[in-house]
Amino acid sequence: MKIYVDNAATTKMSRAAVEAMLPYMSEIYGNPSSLHSDGQAAAEALYSARERIAAVLGCTAKEITFTSGGSESDTQAIITAAKLGESKGKKHIISTAFEHHAVLHTLEALEKQGFEITLLDIDEYGLITAEQVKNALREDTCLVTVMFANNEIGTIQPIGEIGAVCRAAGVLFHTDAVQAVGHLNINVIEQNIDILSLSAHKFHGPKGAGVLYARKGIALQNVIFGGAQERGKRAGTENIPAIMGMAKALEDSAANISANSEKLIKMRNRLINGLSEIPHSILNGDREKRLPGNVNFCFEGIEGESLLLLLDDKGIAASSGSACTSGALDPSHVLLALGRPHEIAHGSLRLSLSVENTDEEIEYIITAVKEVVEYLRSMSPVWRDLVSGKKEFVIK
Amino acid sequence: MALYSEKVMDHFRNPRNVGVIENADGIGEVGNAKCGDIMKIYLKIENDIIADVKFETFGCGSAIASSSMATEMIKGKPLSEALTLTNKAVAEALDGLPTHKLHCSVLAEEAIKSAIRDYYERNGIEYDHKLFPDCGSCGHCCGEQ
Repeated sequence: MKIYVDNAATTKMSRAAVEAMLPYMSEIYGNPSSLHSDGQAAAEALYSARERIAAVLGCTAKEITFTSGGSESDTQAIITAAKLGESKGKKHIISTAFEHHAVLHTLEALEKQGFEITLLDIDEYGLITAEQVKNALREDTCLVTVMFANNEIGTIQPIGEIGAVCRAAGVLFHTDAVQAVGHLNINVIEQNIDILSLSAHKFHGPKGAGVLYARKGIALQNVIFGGAQERGKRAGTENIPAIMGMAKALEDSAANISANSEKLIKMRNRLINGLSEIPHSILNGDREKRLPGNVNFCFEGIEGESLLLLLDDKGIAASSGSACTSGALDPSHVLLALGRPHEIAHGSLRLSLSVENTDEEIEYIITAVKEVVEYLRSMSPVWRDLVSGKKEFVIK
Repeated sequence: MALYSEKVMDHFRNPRNVGVIENADGIGEVGNAKCGDIMKIYLKIENDIIADVKFETFGCGSAIASSSMATEMIKGKPLSEALTLTNKAVAEALDGLPTHKLHCSVLAEEAIKSAIRDYYERNGIEYDHKLFPDCGSCGHCCGEQ
């Protein structure tokens, strides 16, 4: 049995997306910047992809910039807002403690350049409020950047409300919507989003393609310099095959959000209920306000990497916020921000589902995780100390 | 290339000498749960020979594999020989560890030394303190201690 439940890391491309790409590799392969008919055919395809993506997000084609993916979009969004702010003497940025590193590390770089960064704390359910944002706003705030849904614990933030607060204050609002696009309903107008980042490979599109939406009037700051592609704001020959695959994958995902969510939420809730039966385990993140396919648990007394390796032996591909899986010294900053102590955060497991998963797979996963957790606990000196009463359980 | 060698995966999947020795003659525990790994070694000593050894480990794949390999390497050996076991020898016996996992083999060496020192101290046996670097601060650890 082979079960892929690491869809927050990346997804399998849909057949339709693969097929949408193929003609642009060997038939319509011209450079859209070329004047000849081969180039113009590619330019037309690019134009249509831009329109189709804009339609899904609720914006205009001119507000869409193609990038290499989420990290590039996040970086360019933040650099843009920072430069605009700096020109007006505004050098304060508000974000959250559990953003993706593409956001956090860009903010750290700006901090070294004299920007002041406020990172809002999340509550015990992995959520922030618009009120928190409002209270953190200052005269010199140039940007609020809050992720739409968290990549590890899947919690969905009140983006529309935060957008309204920012709009009322006249502060730019960016959201890293990499985990949300294709899975949740998004409309940049209704949700008062000024700038948005998305990545194709999180919704069954290809890797290496992304979008930066920036509301009309926001002058993007280049991160990549060179030719005049993307209205001069992002140099480099466009990755037409990937962009065509992205447009197709996005249209399909967006058209099926309701049906997919219903199926995913059913499987997700069964998985959460099943894993909750494991003693001294805890769900990370709010039970309801989370991505339809996201499940994230901590199991006390074990370490996440060994859990992943043994699950892999049972055919299950999952992920963990343990430090050992990444080579970092500290466990996941998201779980630490949630208030989990280091030793608990090391024992985390993320299962991110797609509609291709089945009810049978969910039952198999529940049984497998129970077995592996029990086995690892049986050889854990930490678990022995907890059971013998020498140490107190953190997770009751 | 896979993260771990076949040997690491073998010792991880089928760890040797897992468990506890009741009334052990020496027990050593090193590491810190905050850092993601703790190793505990139990020794049964007869006539200065390691008659039996068991381990319990909380940690990643290479921590479990290092514990398993290290216990195999000292089982049935005189204490004097067990004391010469180095982390390098453990890592080599596992056909190597990724650089950021080398500390797991260090923990294995330290856990064994800590258990032997415990045996010496319990029995009032004189020993060369220089052979036992202080394991309380294993140096590999994460920010907070």
